[in-house]
Amino acid sequence: MSSEKRSAFTSSPLFRTLFSVFTGLLVGAIVLLASGYSPAKAYQVIFDGIFSKPSYVSYTIIYATPLIMTGLSVAFAFKTGLFNIGAEGQFIMGALGAALAGAFISLPPVIHALVAAATGIALAAAWGGLAGYLKARFGVNEVIATIMLNWTALYLNNYIVTLPGIKRPAATATAFILDTARIEFLPLWKASEAGKLWRAGHPVWNDILRTPFNAGILAALLLAFVCWWLLNRTTLGYELRAVGHNSDCAEHVGIDVKSRMIYSMAIAGGLAGAAGALHVLGWTRQAAELAAMEGLGFDGIAVALIGNASPVGCVPAGLLFGALKYGGSKLQFALRAPIEVVNIVIGSIVFFVAMPALTRIVSRWARRTARGGGPHAG
Amino acid sequence: MKNLRALLSLLVVLVIAIPASAGELSVGMITDVGGVNDQSFNQSAWEGLQRAEKELGVKVSYIESRQDADYGPNLETMLDAGTDLIWGIGFKMADAALEAANNNPDQKYAVIDFAWDDTPKNLIGVVFKAEEASFLVGYIAAKMTTTGKVGFIGGMSFPVIWGFEYGFRAGVLYGNKDVEILSQYAESFTDAAKGKSIANSMYQQGADIVFHAAGGVGDGLIEAAKEQGKWAIGVDRDQNYLAPDNVLTSAMKRVDNAMFNISKELTEGVWKGGQTVSYGLAEGGVDIAPTSSMHVPADLLTEVEAVKARIISGEIVVPYSKETFAEFEAK
Repeated sequence: MSSEKRSAFTSSPLFRTLFSVFTGLLVGAIVLLASGYSPAKAYQVIFDGIFSKPSYVSYTIIYATPLIMTGLSVAFAFKTGLFNIGAEGQFIMGALGAALAGAFISLPPVIHALVAAATGIALAAAWGGLAGYLKARFGVNEVIATIMLNWTALYLNNYIVTLPGIKRPAATATAFILDTARIEFLPLWKASEAGKLWRAGHPVWNDILRTPFNAGILAALLLAFVCWWLLNRTTLGYELRAVGHNSDCAEHVGIDVKSRMIYSMAIAGGLAGAAGALHVLGWTRQAAELAAMEGLGFDGIAVALIGNASPVGCVPAGLLFGALKYGGSKLQFALRAPIEVVNIVIGSIVFFVAMPALTRIVSRWARRTARGGGPHAG
Repeated sequence: MKNLRALLSLLVVLVIAIPASAGELSVGMITDVGGVNDQSFNQSAWEGLQRAEKELGVKVSYIESRQDADYGPNLETMLDAGTDLIWGIGFKMADAALEAANNNPDQKYAVIDFAWDDTPKNLIGVVFKAEEASFLVGYIAAKMTTTGKVGFIGGMSFPVIWGFEYGFRAGVLYGNKDVEILSQYAESFTDAAKGKSIANSMYQQGADIVFHAAGGVGDGLIEAAKEQGKWAIGVDRDQNYLAPDNVLTSAMKRVDNAMFNISKELTEGVWKGGQTVSYGLAEGGVDIAPTSSMHVPADLLTEVEAVKARIISGEIVVPYSKETFAEFEAK
């Protein structure tokens, strides 16, 4: 690895990421110019759309919250040598579990939210663990298994959501979760007369409270830390990473590779499930019948790539992605640009950000998957 | 009691009718997850606003939603931009729009395809009697099938789509009670490939005319009809242009007319807030497509006009759900 003997800064992941963001914005600008829109105005709209009001910043964080966690899910699996394309399906299972437990169990506040979240996480962990089991037991490639499980999750969700007794009348979604399960900050108070009175005198807070600002972001930050700690400070994490680096070598030193694969996929599933569960508990309050996949799990792949597949890196990466998603939605409105142009701009930014990491990670993953590829120093 | 309340709210509307503002009026719409080019009701809605822009000089805009959770933030984006009237397209927007209307009593909202029991003053629900247009295309299908079998493809199973299904069923029954109806739901409004495979299997089972109420899924049906040389019946908009030789007729839901009319009223200072506005055959809110004359024989079209008159007069009460269909069947 002599090529790494360049200046420390230009070869640092941070520089690479910033450089990629810049290139992406540049290509996005060219696309905008080519379709007849002013890039300067467009980026101004995105920037203002994210930072010009407290509620916009709040929405950016709300949009980023599930992305951080699905990013963690993909990144965690990456670190252990697995490619989790199934974050989408695990997200759906997490959302479904939390919505059902939130709506149909009665418990005191806080405890109810925790139980609902745990239900969603457990369901999603089982969903991810199933893919891990299929790989460990039958050698089914986890990419194939998780893609299939995404569709299974989608249709299972649609089946359960529309069952009589679960479906809310005049909607294609489950009954709303009970107020005891909500993790939105002060949802009842802020809509009450007293809350409205207080809000009238505090414009900044009033603006933030307009949004469903919730505790999900705290959970996302906590989970990012837990992932880092688990991978770098525990025996299990060490074993998981060893399996990821070289499974043959890990087996030789006495690590049970198969069970570690199942653990890894179950943890990855649980992380994506947490994203789904907290999305429901903090914001949507329901699991909806899905006409198509919503993409929060797939976006997690991009987030993990931007974050260089590191748990801590997923936090800024998720915030960046959430900001682009939220700010980008205003581009269409302000410029009357077709959503396709908006998506190309966002897509090119993600593309360039993810590109170096993608090539590196995929080639490493391919080397590991190809059996008999001799041990690497790392 | 309910009539009294309706009358009262009408009075209130007349009294507090908003004077036409001197400045440019702005009207915006939020699509549901189907997007603005869905060949269906979102697109029709946008066409209505574009017509309003051209003919009335109002400023129009739209935002597409990519997931259900986007509705709230998108409504707020439009609110912040100072849009005079904000439309939510589709019943999926109902909860988000109601919440927004309650939080912002000075902002006007309207929602397509939803009726509330108790509508706030700054909100209008617009519903369409899609079952009436579906009844007419069902009648045409029953009269024109040569195999004695017709099909229905629904997007997702919920009341708005049931209106199409049971209206169609009733129309077929009314036209010829021996015609068999195949019915299937696609669980999607976007998956054209699935629409195509359902349509192909219906054609294989002997149906020669298939009607859809499934948004983008219907594109697959029309493609299948084209390939197999069978008939398809379009929905929401006049879909004949998608396959001029194979789209027999379309059950049109004139979302564009509703959007245009309510925008127009607003420029004239009228706002029917706090109630549900219903568009049926009588109001020009639903109808069969003008291109029907391409393939439907003239004498059948004359019959259809007669049926239409019977629906408008109330002689035929078109069912819109399983229960009302059972009543219709019993007659």
